[in-house]
Amino acid sequence: MNKIEPSFRPGGKLAKLESVYDGMETFLFTPNATSKSGVHIHDGNDLKRTMITVVVALLPALLFGMYNIGYQHYLAIGQANTGWFTMFLYGLLAMLPVIVVSYVVGLGIEFISAQIHHKEIQEGFLVTGILIPLIVPINTPLWMTAVATAFAVIFAKEVFGGTGMNIFNVALITRAFLFFAYPSRMSGDEAFVKVDSALGMGDGTVVDVFTGATPLGQVATNVGDSLHMTNVLGEPINTLDAFIGYIPGSPGETSMIAILIGAAILLLTGIASWRIMCSVFVGGLGMAALVHALPSAAYPASMLDPMTQLCLGGFAFGAVFMATDPVTGARTKLGQYIYGLLIGVFAILIRVYNSGYPEGMMLAILLMNAFAPLIDHCVVSSNIKRRARRAAIKE
Amino acid sequence: MATVRLKKGFDIHLVGAIADKNITLSSAPQSVAIVPDDFHGVIPRMEKKEGEHVAAGEPLYHDKNYEAIKVVAPVSGTIREVLRGERRHIDAIIIAPDQSHDATTLDLKRPAEEVLLASGLWAMMRQRPYDVVPVPGVQPRDVFVTAFDSAPLAPDLDLVLGDNRQYIAKGVEVLNGLTSGKVYIGIREGQSIDAPGAVVNTFVGPHPAGNAGVQAANTVPVNKGETVWTLDIITLARIGELFTTGKVSHDTVVAVDGEMVQQPRYVKTVIGADLETVLKNELTNVARSRIISGNVLTGVKVEPNQWLRAPYRHITIIPENNVPDEFMGWASLNPKRFSIYRTFTTWLGGLRKPVSMDSRIKGGERAIVRTGEYDAMLPMDIYGEFLIKAIISGDIDKMEQLGIYEIAPEDFALAEFADTSKLELQRIVREGLDKLRAEMS
Repeated sequence: MNKIEPSFRPGGKLAKLESVYDGMETFLFTPNATSKSGVHIHDGNDLKRTMITVVVALLPALLFGMYNIGYQHYLAIGQANTGWFTMFLYGLLAMLPVIVVSYVVGLGIEFISAQIHHKEIQEGFLVTGILIPLIVPINTPLWMTAVATAFAVIFAKEVFGGTGMNIFNVALITRAFLFFAYPSRMSGDEAFVKVDSALGMGDGTVVDVFTGATPLGQVATNVGDSLHMTNVLGEPINTLDAFIGYIPGSPGETSMIAILIGAAILLLTGIASWRIMCSVFVGGLGMAALVHALPSAAYPASMLDPMTQLCLGGFAFGAVFMATDPVTGARTKLGQYIYGLLIGVFAILIRVYNSGYPEGMMLAILLMNAFAPLIDHCVVSSNIKRRARRAAIKE
Repeated sequence: MATVRLKKGFDIHLVGAIADKNITLSSAPQSVAIVPDDFHGVIPRMEKKEGEHVAAGEPLYHDKNYEAIKVVAPVSGTIREVLRGERRHIDAIIIAPDQSHDATTLDLKRPAEEVLLASGLWAMMRQRPYDVVPVPGVQPRDVFVTAFDSAPLAPDLDLVLGDNRQYIAKGVEVLNGLTSGKVYIGIREGQSIDAPGAVVNTFVGPHPAGNAGVQAANTVPVNKGETVWTLDIITLARIGELFTTGKVSHDTVVAVDGEMVQQPRYVKTVIGADLETVLKNELTNVARSRIISGNVLTGVKVEPNQWLRAPYRHITIIPENNVPDEFMGWASLNPKRFSIYRTFTTWLGGLRKPVSMDSRIKGGERAIVRTGEYDAMLPMDIYGEFLIKAIISGDIDKMEQLGIYEIAPEDFALAEFADTSKLELQRIVREGLDKLRAEMS
């Protein structure tokens, strides 16, 4: 690396790729820079380590997501007794292009932006790039994902100043862009279960009874006084299926177990705020219990019992991986409780009482992203007032 | 007498601690120097020229704005050189000591403030707000004296104090005459001190419990418009000695420790002594060492041909870069890669074992991403992160409201160590304080 360095510095042949070179060098080798001012020793942790730990926490959800894509696929084509490895392989092949597109588009923009500003490439997109394939429905055309990723990275992140400066969660903006720009591809029968072959694997004809709607989608269109949730073959499913994750949905969101493993990693390493994570669940559970106490056929989701409510859709995934994004969330301790509670409450509120949006988590988090600075402002103001009062008493 | 328990903060245990409490006597220094940057807030105007003779305790320079503030020579000798840097900034005043032992005696019948200013001890104190040498004529609300140093590998101030503890009572008496309030002394658990006239508080908890500013914030915090003085117990004893004998002692005991020191020990020498004399046998692996006058958090990097800086009773020598070109350090599972966070595996082995740390930053500078990191390292009723942001954006009203008057750069040193985003917090705080001070004057 040191040999080729000069050609990347200003004046060198490849000076236009200086940021890329720096990015690669700091990725491969811990910088040799020693402190010039201030403290002489530094903690070993840096943002790279922090981000990579989040990626590790996402792996269980990613791996299960791949398996579940295959599982749903083979269920749909009437080959339910296919081996688990084949199912996983199919899911892997189905997801790989999405992951590649997400990283290539996102990182490409980050590289260009870093070079324009002559800054080091920052690692924020490491996490965003893996979050996007996990929350975008598997049947979304790749060009849509590319456009949405580009939109989110440019308008939700780079215009605000890059990593650490954004107001809204970048991955959720990608999802929201898709949701509002191409609504027909984001819900219904065709979005969540991949029925055609993935890179030449898993050919088959879809069985006649097939229905690809997610449980929440089914709930939203439910008619009558009792709920009917079915799997892709029309067989009834229960909360345990949702907990393990054998249901249609975005790749990362279906398995509560995989998400909880991720949550354990985030909490154990201290990266995610347990205050936010717990209060989202508390807020969601409380609101779900409230709406369940007042069930109504006009709002079918109110008939879901609270535990099922939390296991379905993106609630758990959002609570664990999205709401806890420190950049876009509340930063004060008290603020984090309020922020989390309101996300939980709004998510269920939107789900139940707005039939246009069977999934409320995305909008709830984006809404609270906007309010997080206000919450913090109020909390910090109380500190300011306390200090002013102290000074006043003295006089 | 109260006991204050502080939970926030962290004790970094480094290898190279002093095991032997004996004090070695250093030989007479080859050269002695005063570095004006150590007296923040004083703009030097020289009183002596190169080649002139000075007695110990005789002023070398005074402040441009307050002529009464003097910085004095620690030894008698001839001024060998006034080192100047850019724009004639004085980098150091070097004295070639002679063996005449001339020393200035001060007339103790003058008002105490005048005596303190003339003795050079005034310049050894600091004031809040702004963490600068106190402005003469402003009566402090209170005086805060810390009797212990909680920084990594810090010297035991009781040992440094030695026989001079007899002067503490006199020092308290003098400062009580100068403040409208009280003299507070902060001690650690198990320490005892005989200081009639002072309010002695015990502080239990990790570093930065030994910072005078942290002690003030947890007893009687500084409000806007108020001034308090901060100093350590060594300076207090020196003040007591001055008002007992009429002379200031510039001798000091220095802890020499750290991983690169072969035999960590206490050395008795004089303020400003040259490191070649003080470190005689330790300068074997200079290329791989970083010599710090002070501790690893707040000290100053010095070269082997430079001097012990006036405010410090501590020299730490740590490795400069232990692992050049560490491959993918961010992915390391090595339990020896020290981190206080559980993203690394260090914590499994316990964080109290002494660790080896070099001076690498171990990451690039980033925007503030993780929450609560600064607050966990700052035992004050202050939102550290919001204050830092206010300083960076230059918002003077916000800085005031969020409590900038209560802090000094040293209070943020531990947060700077722990910061995942690797921001230079002490520099940011210093610039904020300077900006505010310029704005208010």
